[in-house]
Amino acid sequence: MTAKIVEEEPQELHPMDWWLRSERMPHIWCAGCGIGPTLYAWARALDRVGIRKDKVVYVSGIGCSGRGSGYLDVDGFHTTHGRAIPFAIGIKLVRPDLCVNVISGDGDLFSIGGNHFIHACRRNVDLLVICTNNFIYGMTGGQLAATTPLGDYSTTTPYGNIESPFNTPHLAAASGAVYVARWTSIHVRLLERSIAEALRMKGFRYIEVLSPCPVNYGRRNKLREVDDIAKWFLQSSVIQDGADTSEVQIEKGKPLILGNFVKREKKLPYYEELKNLEERVRRAREPKK
Amino acid sequence: MGKTVLTGKHFWYGDIAIAEGAIAAGCQFFGAYPITPASEIAEHISRRFPQIGGIFVQFEDELAAMAAILGASWAGVKSMTATSGPGLSLMMENFGLGVMMEVPTVVVDIQRGGPSTGLPTLTAQGDVMQARWGSHGHYEIIALAPDSPQEAFDLTIRCFNLAEKYRVPVILLASETVGHSAGKVVVPPEDEIELIDRKRPTVPPEEYLPYKPDDDLIPPMASAGEGYAICTTGLTHDEKGYPDVSPEAQEKLLRRLSDKIRKHLEEIVDVEEENMEDAEIAVVSYGQVSRPAKRAVKMAREEGIKTGSIKLITIWPFAENVIRKWAKQVDVFIVPELNYGQIYLQVKREAAGDSETVLLPRMGGRLITPQEIYHEIKRVSGK
Repeated sequence: MTAKIVEEEPQELHPMDWWLRSERMPHIWCAGCGIGPTLYAWARALDRVGIRKDKVVYVSGIGCSGRGSGYLDVDGFHTTHGRAIPFAIGIKLVRPDLCVNVISGDGDLFSIGGNHFIHACRRNVDLLVICTNNFIYGMTGGQLAATTPLGDYSTTTPYGNIESPFNTPHLAAASGAVYVARWTSIHVRLLERSIAEALRMKGFRYIEVLSPCPVNYGRRNKLREVDDIAKWFLQSSVIQDGADTSEVQIEKGKPLILGNFVKREKKLPYYEELKNLEERVRRAREPKK
Repeated sequence: MGKTVLTGKHFWYGDIAIAEGAIAAGCQFFGAYPITPASEIAEHISRRFPQIGGIFVQFEDELAAMAAILGASWAGVKSMTATSGPGLSLMMENFGLGVMMEVPTVVVDIQRGGPSTGLPTLTAQGDVMQARWGSHGHYEIIALAPDSPQEAFDLTIRCFNLAEKYRVPVILLASETVGHSAGKVVVPPEDEIELIDRKRPTVPPEEYLPYKPDDDLIPPMASAGEGYAICTTGLTHDEKGYPDVSPEAQEKLLRRLSDKIRKHLEEIVDVEEENMEDAEIAVVSYGQVSRPAKRAVKMAREEGIKTGSIKLITIWPFAENVIRKWAKQVDVFIVPELNYGQIYLQVKREAAGDSETVLLPRMGGRLITPQEIYHEIKRVSGK
């Protein structure tokens, strides 16, 4: 048998290709999805800040965004539904030198994982948490989320949603996060800048990224075309850095407030508090001279 | 730094012995949520860990505690949690993740009466099957049952060794009467405690496949932050750790996860046999019921009844070969346990066709007395 040599056209690599497990492409995400651009902004921000690839840990939960941890060429942990944050805490406390990121969806972080989110904020654990909020349960086919705007349709709210959605930046700020921002996956450059800013800080940092889901959210809510949600984001958004997070609730027909809302010095990140405690215990146990 | 291993003789509660066993085994991360009758383990570790550089976190719930100990193990240290039945129910979600991701870690269950809130302060052995099958899907695990504070100390160390060796979450299935009874615990010198650490990759990162097993069916484990670009998921996956949700991948992965335990039964399974040489009746017991059981066997022997004792130290995987072997010799197995026959059914299944199996159940709340077991032996013997 003779080997047949196939001349392949040299393919141009995507500039962010070296962050990817290219052999896993194509990914599972639909056309128009905001998860890809969010990961692009995140990887660019890591480059911009100069964080080494082997020091990056990516923990995800369950849902469309959960798959992201298997697409990037870093230590990736695709965990259970809602538990990405506590799993990440286990890694971060043992290896405080690593840059530990949780990138997950609104259902994962705020419904099933809501309790872990507020407690991680309260403890000020040194994590960057990015929520790709698409207002819906995308992977399971479009059910109601804790972020679905009032009145919107989903497969489990066929007559419209009667529940008030979470204002997630306000929840994060009220629970103690040191950095809180909201962008959309359309505002890639501003998002990248925000992620870079957050990467340079310590403590619990939270960025909400509004993310189009034309297939399972837009389709049922008069935003059917691939770019309908993107247009809504662009046309309705108002950037207000430092906005009072209690005023940034998302309501249809009202401005979408984006921006870097909270940046504050707080008590030390959790790991440093632990080490200080250890030091105090050690000193107290030293024999008195 | 404080002294890590407290070599010497102590008078400890079982819960304290478990905490010290974990420390002696090199545990450096403990995450838990308070629950009776296991809280003393967390309390003791919260005091000891800052002295020795370990990380203790009291989490918001058991879901978080279990997830965090998996993360900590992936970061390269030995980790543990401790709970009781209601907490174990919550942990079962991420216990399954630990099985699927093959994470060495230890889960202590100080059993109390259930179901639900049940008997918070009183003993039981109702979680035997939950330990075996509590998470969804088909899998193999390891669970050990101590009968005293000394054994609680010793078996906690063994749990860590088994977890590290087989890359599986291991359960220490204790009970309230072990956790809350005090007894002598001898802690050996540090250099006499045999410890096993997980296999590490021997190939460069670009050749490393996180789920490619060696001949023993266990893959070497890299830690986060070492440049191996670990890819791991709770989904069915291939040797690279990439999701592969095909029937073929499911068959291959689950077969190996099962076989890595099943093919090492001889190494894992541990029982303690007494007076079995000429026994016609065997009392099969585990955990703290083993103590009245052994006493009852002694009483029966004094009466001339040929009775022996088989104490199961390993609850899971079940000592099926041991029961099958003795089934050829004994007429009757008596199984006293604090539930309505969870291990009884296992014994009965293995003994079927060769010997009879009799259940002596108590639903928990208090131990079975030696007299009760002795009377059952007498009744069965017809004397």
